[in-house]
Amino acid sequence: MAAMRLETAPAQTGPMVPVMYEVLSRRRDLDDTFTLELAPVDSAIETPTMGQFNMLWAFGIGEAPISLAAIEDGRLFHTIRAVGSVTNALCAMSVGDHVGVRGPYGTGWDLQGAAGKDILVMAGGLGLAPVQPIITELFANREEYGRAALLMGARSPDALLYRDELEAWRARLDIEVEVTVDSAAPDWRGDVGVVTTLLPRVPFDPPTTRAFVCGPEVMMRFGARDLSELGVPLEEIFVSLERNMHCAVGHCGHCQLGAEFVCKDGPVLPWTVAEPLLRIRER
Amino acid sequence: MKSIHDLLGEHPFFEGLPPESLDLIAGCGVNVHFREDQHIIDENAPADHFWVVRTGRVALEINTPRKGLQTIQTIGPGGLLGVSWLIPPHRWTFGASAVAPTSAIEIDAACLRGKCEADHDLGYELMKRFAVVVRDRLQATRLQLTDLYGSYAS
Repeated sequence: MAAMRLETAPAQTGPMVPVMYEVLSRRRDLDDTFTLELAPVDSAIETPTMGQFNMLWAFGIGEAPISLAAIEDGRLFHTIRAVGSVTNALCAMSVGDHVGVRGPYGTGWDLQGAAGKDILVMAGGLGLAPVQPIITELFANREEYGRAALLMGARSPDALLYRDELEAWRARLDIEVEVTVDSAAPDWRGDVGVVTTLLPRVPFDPPTTRAFVCGPEVMMRFGARDLSELGVPLEEIFVSLERNMHCAVGHCGHCQLGAEFVCKDGPVLPWTVAEPLLRIRER
Repeated sequence: MKSIHDLLGEHPFFEGLPPESLDLIAGCGVNVHFREDQHIIDENAPADHFWVVRTGRVALEINTPRKGLQTIQTIGPGGLLGVSWLIPPHRWTFGASAVAPTSAIEIDAACLRGKCEADHDLGYELMKRFAVVVRDRLQATRLQLTDLYGSYAS
């Protein structure tokens, strides 16, 4: 049988087939963290909503679930920390390299449903990336929401993600931006302490607040607990879970927590659903 | 101009305290101001005061062998600077400096300890409130020790 020429092979489609994207730019955010700007080579994936994630393929190595940090005119922005073989390969990519993209997957942040409410965003570490679209949307439609605040925690001043953006957001007068780090040298003039210590600083009306919390799970647990103690309704606290997602379509079961598949039932969940799931110990 | 009693009454730590208790505490307090970078506490020095922070920001510091002076926590408006005054041997565990111009009410520790000994209701109430501060700081320290963000990938 004659071998099929690659260029005439029928295009494969399906939930497990990546769409080809090209790296348009690569920005170093931190020592080990980069943001890739990706544009479709030919066809594009469906437009993601804020809070969803894509599976990014480093061809020949593997794929990893990465949250959407921004989308502009069909271009995807993904912020990636180099922690394993796939993310190391993604972070090492150059402009013009090709990345496979599957997605978008999972649930997103429901900001539109919070019209008229106070908005409180709490982020820790790289958790700022998945909530960045919330900030962008807030600025685009600022008049639709009540008071707005971003509380950000990081390991140290050097580990603050999107520092330029944080400074730009802070310069605006229509959103409160508070930043704290776990430890710092004396030349740091900002706050030191856990992110929840920032809560008393920002004005919001707990019963009419929607909170979006994203970061390490322990931070989210303490954040949700403190928000609840202040009077924010549990169903108005949303968190983004991160588990061992492989297939992203609810087939493989790697990310299953209780009856939920984090990849398709999450990653964004109300605290009423997420709280019992976070009590399940990973093995 | 507001009295020490009024200023204490506005501070969240003293929220709900009866006026007569505020009077007792206010009798041990004076208004103080610290300029930016002013040193406030020396590690291991006698803890003879504590401060009710009204505005500004104070850094708790520790000197470490490799990194030098490190800020381990900042205390801002609504916070309290100093708990070592409450517990023998009444010596500071950490140093502290203002990292921004700071206004506070300085409470004389011996004065307040004496009033707490004489009025155990007041002493117990303050002890309960300080226990919350200590618990919150212990929890925060535990979280900081876990290096949460270091293991958090996107």
